[in-house]
Amino acid sequence: MITGAKVSVAIIAFGLLALLPFFLEAYGLGLMIGMLSYVALATAWSMFSGPTHYISLATVAFYGVGAYTVAVLNEGISFPVILLIAVLIGLVLSLAVGVATLRLAGVYFVIFSFGLAELVRQLITWYEVNVTGTLGRYIFLPLEPQDIYWLLLGAATLTLIIGWLVRRSRIGLALRVIGDDEVIAAHIGINLTRTKLLLFALSASLITLVGAIQAPRWVYIEPSIVFNPTVSFLTVIMALLGGPHRLFGPLFGVVPLFLLFEWLSANFPNHYSIILGALFIAIVFVLPNGVLEFLDRFRLRRAKT
Amino acid sequence: MTSLMIGLVLGGTYALAALGLTMQYGVARIMNLAYGEFVISAAFATFVLFSSINLNPLLAMFIVAPAAFSISYFVYAILMAPLVKRSKKKGNLENDSILITFGLLFLVQGILLVLFGADFASYNYLNIPVNVFGITIAANRLIAFGLAMILGLSLYCLVAYSQWGITLRAVATKPENARLVGINVDRVAQIAFAIGGMLAALAGVVISMFQTFTATSGVVFTMKALIVVIMGGVGNFMGALISGLILGLAEATVSTYVDPGLTLASTYLIFLVLLLWRPQGLFGKGVVK
Repeated sequence: MITGAKVSVAIIAFGLLALLPFFLEAYGLGLMIGMLSYVALATAWSMFSGPTHYISLATVAFYGVGAYTVAVLNEGISFPVILLIAVLIGLVLSLAVGVATLRLAGVYFVIFSFGLAELVRQLITWYEVNVTGTLGRYIFLPLEPQDIYWLLLGAATLTLIIGWLVRRSRIGLALRVIGDDEVIAAHIGINLTRTKLLLFALSASLITLVGAIQAPRWVYIEPSIVFNPTVSFLTVIMALLGGPHRLFGPLFGVVPLFLLFEWLSANFPNHYSIILGALFIAIVFVLPNGVLEFLDRFRLRRAKT
Repeated sequence: MTSLMIGLVLGGTYALAALGLTMQYGVARIMNLAYGEFVISAAFATFVLFSSINLNPLLAMFIVAPAAFSISYFVYAILMAPLVKRSKKKGNLENDSILITFGLLFLVQGILLVLFGADFASYNYLNIPVNVFGITIAANRLIAFGLAMILGLSLYCLVAYSQWGITLRAVATKPENARLVGINVDRVAQIAFAIGGMLAALAGVVISMFQTFTATSGVVFTMKALIVVIMGGVGNFMGALISGLILGLAEATVSTYVDPGLTLASTYLIFLVLLLWRPQGLFGKGVVK
C-alpha cells in the first residue's frame, strides 16, 4: 500500500503547511488553526469509534480537560511540561471511563460518554466555586498564533501517523475484528476489553492534547467555554461525513464542513445549531459510510457500465 | 423530612420520564438521545400556554400530550422507519438511532434557543405552602407528585394487565418471535415510540410546574432518564418506576446534605456503581454482554 510517491506527497504537503503562517494574515491563520484542530480531533475520534462503532460523544470532555489543565497550570511551568501533564490527566480519565464501560455492550459506553462532559463541567465549576473560590482563569503564555498553528500541525500529523501505525498493527486489526463481530473476536483469542481500552485511551489522550494546545488562544477560560458540546458534535459529524473507517476519511470531512460552519456562524449565528442538526441527520441518511466510500462506489459503478 | 418529600416529587417525574424512555428504547429499540429535548419542549409549551392565555398546567396537559403523541408518531415515520428498514440487512439500528437523535438533539435545542433564548424559564402556579403529615410543601409539587404517580401507575397497569400490554411486552422481549404470533412489530414500535414521546411531554409538564428550566437542560434529563431505565432493567416498567423514585431520593438527599452543585455527580456515581455491580439493572434478569 505504501509507496515512495505517497510518502513524498505527504512530506511535501506537510512542508507547505508548515510554511503557511508566513503568508497568511491573522484571519486565515485563525481559520487554519481551527481546521487543523478538527483534523486532529476527528482523526483521533475515528481511531477508536471508526472500527468499533462505539460512538463516543465525550470528545469535548477530554478536549475541555486538556484546555482547563493549561488554565490551571499556566503559571510557573513550561508549556511542554503542561502539555504532558494534560495528556496524562486525559489518559487517566479515559482509562477510568473505559474500565467502567468498555467491559459491557457498546450502548453503555455511549450513554456514559453522552453526559460525561456535563459531569466534568459541573464538577470543575463546583470545585472552583467552593474550594478555590475562582470561577474563570486567565492564561498568559508567550505563544503567538503561529506557534499554536505549528503545535497543532504537529499534533494533527502525529495523530495521522499514529492512526496509520495502528491500522497496520495487530491491535488495530484486533479492533476491526471486534467491530465486525465481538463473539468471533473473543473466540480467536482477542482480549476484548483490553484492546478497546487501549485504543480508547490513545484516542482520548490525543484529543486532550489538542484541547491543551488550543487553550492559549482563549486567554480567558471558564468551564462553560471549554466544555462546549458543539465540539463533540462537530467532531462526530465531520468524521462521519468523511468516513471514520479510513485514515484520511475524517480529513475530507473536516475541510468542507469547517468552512461551512465558519460561514454559517458568521451569517446565521442564531440558527447555527438548527442547520447543523439538520445537516447531521441528512449525512446519517444519505452517506452512512462517508463521502469517500460513496465516491468509490460511484466510480466502481461507472467502471462497470 | 422535607428532603424526603422533595426527593419523592423529583423521583416521580424521573419515573415518568423513564417510563417514556422504556417505551422508546425497550420496546421500539430507538435509543433517543433527544429525549430530554422533548421533555423541555413540553415544559416550554406549558410555560407559553400559562403565561399567554393563563391556561392551567393541568389543562395544558390535555393539549401538550396529544400534540407530543402525534409529533413523535411522525418523527418515527419520517426519521426512524427508514432506519429500521435499512437496519434489517445490517443490524445497526442502535448506532443509526443514536446518531440521528444526536442530530435531532441539536436541531430541537437550536429551535428552542431561537424561540426562548438561553435564560431560565419558570412560572408561578399554585406556589402556596400546604401541610401534609406535618411537613410543609408547595402545592404545585404535591400535585406534580400525584400526577406523576397516577400516570405512571396507570401505564404500568395497562402494560401489565391488558391485551395490548402483552403485545407490547412480547415486542420488548423477543421482537423476532413476536412476528410469529401475528404481531405487527413495526406498528407496535411506532405506537410505543409515540407513547414514549407523550410520556416525555407529560414529564415536561409536571417538571415545569415546580422547576426552572432552560433550552439547554434537556441533556441532563436524557441522562437521568437513561440511568433510571438501566437501573430498572431495560424494558422493565415497574423497575423504571421504582428506580426513578430511588434516583430522586438520592438527588434530594445529596442536594440537601452535601451540596446542590453535586446532584449530577451523585447521579453519575449511582450509574458507575450500577455499571460495575449490576449492569443488567437492579430488577433486570440475565446477563448483559
